Amino acid sequence: MSSHDEQALEPAGDRTPDTSEPIADPGLPAHQWRPTDVDERLEKRAERQVAALFALSGLCSVLFVVSYFAFEVGEVVTTVGGFGASNLALGLSLGGALLFGGVGAIHWALKLMGDHALVEMRHPVASSAEDREVTLGGFNTGLDESGIARRPLVRNSLLGALGVLALPVPIVLLRDLGPLPGDALKSTIWTRGMRVVRDVTGTPIRASDMQFGDLINAEPAAIFEVDEEGEPLIEGAELQTAKSKGAVILVRIEPDDIVPGEGREDWGVDGIVCYSKICTHVGCPISLYERTTHHVLCPCHQSTFDLADSAKVIFGPAARPLPQLPLEVDSEGYLVARSDFDEPVGPSFWERDSR
Amino acid sequence: MSIDTSKVATSNAGRAATAKKPSPIGAVATWADDRLGLATSQKKMVRKVFPEHWSFMLGEIALWSFVVLLLTGTFLTLWFNPSMGEVQYNGSYDQLRGIHMSEAYASSLTISFDVRGGLLMRQMHHWSAMLFIAAMMVHMMRVFFTGAHRKPREINWVIGCLLLLLGTLEGFTGYSLPDDLLSGTGIRAADGFMKSMPVVGTYMSFFLFGGEFPGELIIPRLYVVHILLIPGILLALVAAHMLLLVYHKHTQWPGPGRTEKNVVGYPLMPVYAAKAGGFFFIVFGVTALMGGLLSINPIWKYGPYDPSKVTAGSQPDWYMGWPDGALRIMPGWESNLGPFTLSWNVFLPIIVLPGLAFTILLLLPFLEQWITGDKREHHLLQRPRNAPTRTALFVALMTFYGLMWAAGGNDIIAINFDLSINQITYFMRAAVFIGPVIAFFITRRWCISLQRADNDRLLHGYETGIIMRSAEGGYTERHLPIDESQAFTLTSRDRDEAYSTNGHADANGVAAPGGRIRAARARLSAKWFGHNVQKPTKEEFEAGHVHAEHEHELQAGLDHPADGHQYDGHHTVEEDSLRGQ
Repeated sequence: MSSHDEQALEPAGDRTPDTSEPIADPGLPAHQWRPTDVDERLEKRAERQVAALFALSGLCSVLFVVSYFAFEVGEVVTTVGGFGASNLALGLSLGGALLFGGVGAIHWALKLMGDHALVEMRHPVASSAEDREVTLGGFNTGLDESGIARRPLVRNSLLGALGVLALPVPIVLLRDLGPLPGDALKSTIWTRGMRVVRDVTGTPIRASDMQFGDLINAEPAAIFEVDEEGEPLIEGAELQTAKSKGAVILVRIEPDDIVPGEGREDWGVDGIVCYSKICTHVGCPISLYERTTHHVLCPCHQSTFDLADSAKVIFGPAARPLPQLPLEVDSEGYLVARSDFDEPVGPSFWERDSR
Repeated sequence: MSIDTSKVATSNAGRAATAKKPSPIGAVATWADDRLGLATSQKKMVRKVFPEHWSFMLGEIALWSFVVLLLTGTFLTLWFNPSMGEVQYNGSYDQLRGIHMSEAYASSLTISFDVRGGLLMRQMHHWSAMLFIAAMMVHMMRVFFTGAHRKPREINWVIGCLLLLLGTLEGFTGYSLPDDLLSGTGIRAADGFMKSMPVVGTYMSFFLFGGEFPGELIIPRLYVVHILLIPGILLALVAAHMLLLVYHKHTQWPGPGRTEKNVVGYPLMPVYAAKAGGFFFIVFGVTALMGGLLSINPIWKYGPYDPSKVTAGSQPDWYMGWPDGALRIMPGWESNLGPFTLSWNVFLPIIVLPGLAFTILLLLPFLEQWITGDKREHHLLQRPRNAPTRTALFVALMTFYGLMWAAGGNDIIAINFDLSINQITYFMRAAVFIGPVIAFFITRRWCISLQRADNDRLLHGYETGIIMRSAEGGYTERHLPIDESQAFTLTSRDRDEAYSTNGHADANGVAAPGGRIRAARARLSAKWFGHNVQKPTKEEFEAGHVHAEHEHELQAGLDHPADGHQYDGHHTVEEDSLRGQ
C-alpha cells in the first residue's frame, strides 16, 4: 500500500500555479483510513460479510434450480397472490442469486480493497505532429505510387464502376421485396349485393334487427364464406387484408337527425348508415360510439367523426371523413352493399386523389 | 522431417530443475501472451484509473441492460417462431384455446405458459429494454448538463445519439413481434406513417410488408431486423463508445488535485473490476426481480391481431410516446396537389419531427461550439448552473419532449383526472410551443441565481444558522468562511469568453469576408453568455475575505460558542467535545 502513497500525489512540477486564480489548488486531500484498515476485528467482520453475501448468492442459485423443478407451468398454474408460482419463485431466486453476488463484490471493493486514490496523467488526444506527418506522408506516397492522380482514366473508370455497382445493384436486388402498389389500395372486397354481416358470428342483418341508437361492428360476408368441405375460402394474409379494408360500422340514427351528404341521400336504409371502420388518420379500427351525439372516436389518436353528418371530422388529427358504404336491402330483406366504397379507405397516401 | 532434439533438451535443462512451481495462471498468461502480446497492449489498462461519481453509473446501467437484453433475447429465440402462418392454438392458456392465430403469437404464448422460466425471461427482456432506453436518456442528460460532450468527445456524443435512436427502433421492432392485438395496432399505425410520405410512401409500405398490409412477411422481416441487424450495429457502436471512453479517459469533477491534465480515481484492477462487475450483477438481479414481480405486456390478455379490432387506451411503449403525442395534437391538415395527397397531419409529426429532433440532438455539441467559439479540450466537468444557456436550452428541449409525451397519454389523463380530452388537446397544442420558452427563461435565471449563491459562499462564507443580536437590537445571521477545498472546487471553472470578431478585420478596419456571419455569431455568443456570473478574481476574493474577517471581529465581542454548530459539516470534529463535557 505504501507504494500507492507515492503515486497518490501528483508531481508538483505538473501543476503550474495560476496567479490569476482566486485560490491555489490545495492538492489532493490526504488519504483517510477506513475502519476496516485500522481495526482487524472490523476487517474480519467485513470479510465474513462478503463471504456471507456470496454464500447467500449460491443458496439462491440452488433455490432457483429447485424452483425450476418444483413448480409446474402450463395448465395447472399455482398462483401466489396473483403471480404464477413458478415465475415468482424463479424471479426471486434468480434476482437474489445475482443481487447478493453483485452486492458482495461491491462490499468487498468498498471495505477491503485498496482505496488509495491514484492519479494518472492524460495524454493529448491528438497525435503528435511527427506522427501526423509520417502517416500523411505515407498515405501520400502510397497515392503517388498508385498513380491515381496521374491516371485519370483508371480513376474515373474505377469510380464509375463503383457507382454502377453500389447504386443500382442493391436496389434491383431488393425489387422483389413486394409488388408495386398499383390500384390495390383503391378498392376493397365489397361488391354490389354483398351482405353486411356481424363481425363475430357472420350472420346477416335485417334492417328491423337494429333499433335507433344501435351500432353493429360488421364485416363483408365474403370473409365468412366456406367451400363445400366447410373450409374458409379466404384465410391467412388474404383474410387479414380483406378485414383491414372491409371492416365497417353500421349505425341506426333517427332519420331526422341525419344530414345527408350530397348525392348520398339514398345510401342509407331507414336511418341505417354504414361507414368504414378504418380511421382515415393512420388506420386504427374506430370503435367508441356515443349514441346521443352520433360521434365515434378512434381510440388511438382520438379523431372524432359525426356519423349523422357524413362522418365528418369534428375533432382530432384525421383530415377526411370516414368513407361511406352505400346500402340497400336484398330480396330476403338483409342489408347489402350497393357497391364498393367510392373512395379508398384508411390512411391517406400520396397517389390518393382527394379532389 | 528431422528435429534437432538435442538442442531443445539442452535449452530446457537449466530451467526445468528450478524449485519454484510455475502457477497455472502464470502458465496460461504466458501461453496467451506468446500468441497475442497482451502484456504490452494491456499494461496500462490493468491499472487504468477511473474517476468516481454516482452520475457516471447511469451509462453503466444502459451498458449492463444491453447485456441482459442479449442474454434473455437469445433465450427467447430458442422458442419464438417468427411466422405469420395461421395455426389453431392448443396450448395451456384456456381462454385462447381453439382460436386461430399466427405462429408468432402462438409461440409467444408457449413461451409465457409452457416453457419454465419463459415468462420470466420474456418479462426480463421487456423490462431491461425499458431500462436500456431510460438509462441511455438519463445518461445523455447527465453528459449534456455537465458539459461532457465538449471537445474531444463530440464523436462519442454522436455515437451515443445513434445508440439511442437504434435502441428506440430496436424496442419498436421487439414489441411488434408477438403479433398480439396491441402490437398489430402499432404496426398498423406504422403502415399509416409510411403511407404519409410523399411520392415513396405507398411503395415503401408495399415493399416492407411484401404487398398490402398486413401480408405475411412483416413479422419475419422485423425479426431479422430485431435479432441481427440492429443488435449487430448496436454492439459495434457500444464497442466504439467504450473504446473512445478508454482512449479519452473519463471526465472528472473539479476538486483539489484534479486538473484538466490528470484523472484522479481508482484503478481498474481490482476496484473497478469488482465495482463494475458487481454492478452488472445488480442490474441483472434487479431486472430478474422486476421480471418475477412486475407484470409487463401480458400479451395473452390482448388476443391475436385482428385488423378490425382495437382496445381503448392503446399506447405504444413509453419511449415511442412523444411522437405519438405530436400525432395526437396535430390539426388535421391535408393538401391536394393535383391528383396527389399530402397528409401533413401524419407526415409532419411522425416523420419530419422525430427526424428533426434527432438532428438537433446530434448537432448540439457542434452548435454550442460554433456559438461559443470554444475549441479547447475539456476534461473537467461543469455544474449545470455554470453553463446557464446550455442548461436552459436542454431543459427547454426536455420540456418539449415531456409535453409531447404527456399529449401521447391525453386519453389516459382525461380519464384519470376527469378532464375533457378536447381541452387537453387544445391546451397541448399551445403548451408545446410556449412551455419550452418559459422553461428556458426560468432555468437560465435559476442557474444564474445559483451562480450568485456560489459567489456569496466564496466571498462571504456559509450561513451558520446562528442568529446574532447586536447591541442595537438588530439581528444578523453569522457567516463563516467555507474551507479551502470547497472554495477551490467552487472556483475551479473557466471564465466565460464570448466569441468576438476581433482579429478578423485588417489594419484599416475593413472586415474580412464572411464578416456578417461572424458579427451575428459574436452577437449570439454574447447572448449565450448573457448575464452569467463569473467567479471572483483574486482581488475580489481577497477583498471579500478582509470584509468577512472584519465582520467576524465586530461579532467577536458578542460571541458565544454556539455549541453544537460545529457539527454543520464544514469542520472536522474529531476529538471535539461538547461544552461542559
